[in-house]
Amino acid sequence: MNFEALEVVGTKERDRQAKLQGRIFCCTSTACMSAGAGQVHTMLDQAVAVSQSDEFETEVVKTGCMGLCSHGPVVRAEEKDKAAALYGNVNPELAQQIVSRHFPVEEALEEIDSDEPDQSVTPHDIPHFRASLRKAQAKTELDKNIISLEDPFFTKQVRVVLSDTGRIDPDRLEDYLAHGGYQGLAKVLETMTPEEVCTEILESGLRGRGGAGFPSGIKWNFVRQEEAEQKFVIVNGDEGDPGAYMDRTIMEADPHRVLEGMMICAYAVGADYGYLYIRGEYPMAIERIRNAIRAARRHGVLGNKVLGTDFSFKADVRIGAGAFVCGEETALIHSVEGKRGMPRIRPPYPSKSGLWSAPTVINNVETMANVPSIIQNGATWYADIGTEKSKGTKVFALTGHLRNTGLIEVPMGITLREIVYDIGGGIPGDKEFKAAQTGGPSGGCIPAEYLDTPVDYESLTELGSIMGSGGLVIIDDSTTMPDFAKFFMDFCVDESCGKCLPCRVGTVQISKLLDKLISGEGQPEDLDKLDELCQMVQTTSLCGLGQSAPNPVLSTLKYFREEYDTLVQSPETVEAGVK
Amino acid sequence: MAAKKKVTKQVKAHPSGDERYTSLDRTMKRFKYEKDSLLEVLISAQEVFGYISEDLLMYISSQLKVPMSQVYGVATFYHLFTFEPLGEHNCIICTGTACHVKGADRIVDALSEEFGMEAGETTADGMFSLIIARCVGSCGLAPVVVLDGQVHGKETPEAVNKRVLEVVTRSKEELAMEAA
Repeated sequence: MNFEALEVVGTKERDRQAKLQGRIFCCTSTACMSAGAGQVHTMLDQAVAVSQSDEFETEVVKTGCMGLCSHGPVVRAEEKDKAAALYGNVNPELAQQIVSRHFPVEEALEEIDSDEPDQSVTPHDIPHFRASLRKAQAKTELDKNIISLEDPFFTKQVRVVLSDTGRIDPDRLEDYLAHGGYQGLAKVLETMTPEEVCTEILESGLRGRGGAGFPSGIKWNFVRQEEAEQKFVIVNGDEGDPGAYMDRTIMEADPHRVLEGMMICAYAVGADYGYLYIRGEYPMAIERIRNAIRAARRHGVLGNKVLGTDFSFKADVRIGAGAFVCGEETALIHSVEGKRGMPRIRPPYPSKSGLWSAPTVINNVETMANVPSIIQNGATWYADIGTEKSKGTKVFALTGHLRNTGLIEVPMGITLREIVYDIGGGIPGDKEFKAAQTGGPSGGCIPAEYLDTPVDYESLTELGSIMGSGGLVIIDDSTTMPDFAKFFMDFCVDESCGKCLPCRVGTVQISKLLDKLISGEGQPEDLDKLDELCQMVQTTSLCGLGQSAPNPVLSTLKYFREEYDTLVQSPETVEAGVK
Repeated sequence: MAAKKKVTKQVKAHPSGDERYTSLDRTMKRFKYEKDSLLEVLISAQEVFGYISEDLLMYISSQLKVPMSQVYGVATFYHLFTFEPLGEHNCIICTGTACHVKGADRIVDALSEEFGMEAGETTADGMFSLIIARCVGSCGLAPVVVLDGQVHGKETPEAVNKRVLEVVTRSKEELAMEAA
């Protein structure tokens, strides 16, 4: 298949969608599925099958995450030439009401009466089912499930990576094409040299979204300039940070976008083979990426002579078997090679000697998902979003003690306050905001006085935290900081690969010290010891895991010192203080 | 008939006659018995057998011609692999950051107390395993538990206890009926 044929498929799908009188989108992400979206989808399917006719065609679309996970299952109804309506906490009964409200059953009643209903599509007793649909129409319970699309949760977001998420069926390549999919790939293959692609990415200011924030354009250029027979591209989808699920959602909701970004990268650096390393705990993401690879191969987008050009590319999935350290690039490479995922000393960097000693680009899922949009809209468009040094948008998994939790995409430079109070809707109950935790076990806690800090790589690092991959956990005053620090430290103790001493032994000692403090047996000098130990682990560990493991302790020591001080005071003094 | 012939031609059945080995062999064949495919083969073994026994490690070692020490080293490095059979029912409790701040610990404690066991253990009758996960990636629904593969969000200790007791009791009753 060539470019024109691909365009035809996209146009055909677009025309088909434009002809429909209405479409109902049902979120089938992991979060919504666990809240019962499976039954809701079945009900929507049946109800729509009954309500539609030849003149009134509608369809139900299974999509990925719509963002507002705390209100799942989420359903969006779109009628032709009308504003869309969004419903939260939908159950099968409400699903009937949604269909009958937007696509009234009476209009189609005559048609169905005269036709023999297809029992295989609707296993229900049709007349009875239709009657219940008509009855549902009169009900108004649905009104309280309407979620305003004017809510700051939506209006404050800027969606680049997530632009198609929740709007397309991830298992249908046609749907992605209809939304401008693979146009970026077509553009680079037709009109750009690999060097131009690298320059475009460099000028866009795109930085690695896995946490460290290394400029992607520079990384790509390194690999492009290497002379080697074989080069590789690896997409890192081993999201190990507890409390984060951005990459999972992107892979589940828009797998072709990841593939497209990966292929543009491969073309730019001269690679012809790529691996998507996906966490084993994400079965749905693995399945959807595999489906996407199969579909792309079938359409000639992937494989030998992509779209009739001289560029060939093969992609394969590798399953991560659960090791946080595999987020480190050299450890990840070892894991793809079937070994223990342990990091090694750099240099040589993977761009020189990576997978099976070949030059290798490793980028995070979100980074790759940015690429198609940058190529399509140009570097300047992308660089206009964000701050001076941090360009574009960032996807966050907003969780913890908040009214609205879910997946959000915000422009770089937005303040934490806007995220917490506008998008997140504030802290529920009579609790107070205490801290925002970014970067997971490698990051730190940001207290209330820094709520107006812009969210970008530099500002967060300055505060002793990191941007991280995008976990953003908001905690209220019911959480005590030494406990919270201990939680992360235990995580690092578990996940330390054991190769270098500072990380293997240091994390255990820090954890023991925290234990001692929390149990009330700590002495004032223990706090200095804790600080010293943290500095040592930070400066002498081999890889990023160890170097950043003390961050949660150090940042809480810095901003919430009084909580630690209380612990080391003798119980009598504390009691006396209370009296 | 033709399909059956094809399978036997592809991979020779394991002497024990255990068909699960056929499935594992197929994975190894797909990767052309390359040493680099060790991790993939182990994942497939975990999927097919539910856990990885020492015999299985030795079998993989001999098939891929990778030293047993290396097979053991890789298998024990990753969290995905278990070396003991799981219980009839299993409940995975997510203790990721979001679930942690929303009280996942209390769910673990309640279940441990109910069944008189620690996290990571299986009850003596093999009915129930309590497993801790670092994060299942459904943080918007914290706290999250996965009971027999089914994800449940916004849980409370009481509700989880009730759910688990329900499935365990049902299985026990079924067993008793069969015995009768």
